[in-house]
Amino acid sequence: MRRRRFLALAGAGAAAALGAAASAWPQERVVRVTARRFTYSPSVLTLKKGEPVVLEFITADIAMGFNAPDFNVRADILPGKISRLRFTPDKAGTFTFVCDLFCGDGHESMSGTLKVLA
Amino acid sequence: MSVDRRMFLKLAGLGGAVFASRLARAADPYAAADEFFFVQLSDTHWGFEGPALNPDAAGTLPKAVAAVNALAVQPDFIVFTGDLTHTTDSPKERRARLAEFRRIVSGLKNPNVRFMPGEHDASLDNGEAYKEFFGPTRYTFDHKGVHFIALDNVSDPAARLGDEQLAWLKADLARRKPGERIVVLTHRPLFPLFPAWDWATRDGDRAIELLMPHENVTVFYGHIHQEHHFKTGHIEHHSAKSLMFPLPAPGSLPKREPVKWDPAQPYRGLGFREVEAEAKPVEYKLTELPVVKA
Repeated sequence: MRRRRFLALAGAGAAAALGAAASAWPQERVVRVTARRFTYSPSVLTLKKGEPVVLEFITADIAMGFNAPDFNVRADILPGKISRLRFTPDKAGTFTFVCDLFCGDGHESMSGTLKVLA
Repeated sequence: MSVDRRMFLKLAGLGGAVFASRLARAADPYAAADEFFFVQLSDTHWGFEGPALNPDAAGTLPKAVAAVNALAVQPDFIVFTGDLTHTTDSPKERRARLAEFRRIVSGLKNPNVRFMPGEHDASLDNGEAYKEFFGPTRYTFDHKGVHFIALDNVSDPAARLGDEQLAWLKADLARRKPGERIVVLTHRPLFPLFPAWDWATRDGDRAIELLMPHENVTVFYGHIHQEHHFKTGHIEHHSAKSLMFPLPAPGSLPKREPVKWDPAQPYRGLGFREVEAEAKPVEYKLTELPVVKA
């Protein structure tokens, strides 16, 4: 309850919040993703509909992006930082996420899959 | 368009792939303005190597230059809507590609050529090298009653126009007369054509919002390597083909993989276009032309 109030006060919104401290709330699943030109590892993220998740990103080289347009969530992945993206998938299915910060030759093929189980 | 040119096109049978873009909804206050045409080329990706996609990567741009030079009537001007070069991590190689591109297109008969960057030219160095060769990444110019606005949605690798450029756009639009014809030139689509393939401008909706009160606005862009026509309200958006390799229709495949070269139909899906601007009614007629005539 306190956490909900914090998010509301921070203006973070229900769907997504960058910078949420995942470790403080063990009820949320944390999925760690490493971006490097021009791949994500892992490239398939299996999530569950209605289950809050925190995606933690690092980049192994230059600045990258993560954009899952079907859920209207995105994050910058910047060198030397851990980027956190909290959201709750509201639909099941298979969806694409892409890098939306141009990162060089191969940027166009830098993508992954969100598998959201019902 | 002059009668001579219209008659010539009819006689030459060149009017096949025409998309007529009719904008007129009210009496045009600029009916007396001259009619004219320009040529749009896009996504030349000079420096790209990939024989499976284009075994004539080094020859396609020169062929396009020759095709434009061979037009029976030369356009008023020529515009390249970005991705002049293919990206490289090397600043030295980027400049070499920009220099080579400039050398090749200097062979155009018509020296009135406008350039703008794509993300391959500008996103890795915020447009620094591009500016050394081609100047500002955003600008305006006027031609025979039409106000052209070139917008830069690529120097920021996040595909944003940015607050400062949007303020510049707003100030420019504030100086336009009611009903004035406006053409926007840019690289990426200003509307979210297919964000899952990064075919969007992150703050493009703000530009469209600024343009929306203006009655006669048309956008020409590149980036998606194919012809595409879309309307946001009364504003029409037309993308151009590439001169290196085509891309599939938005969302038609699981991944945005380029279309492979077909030896049976070389240069298929590549080309450039003529845009005929007519003043009364306000109308843009698009004619798609191949790199090499069949």
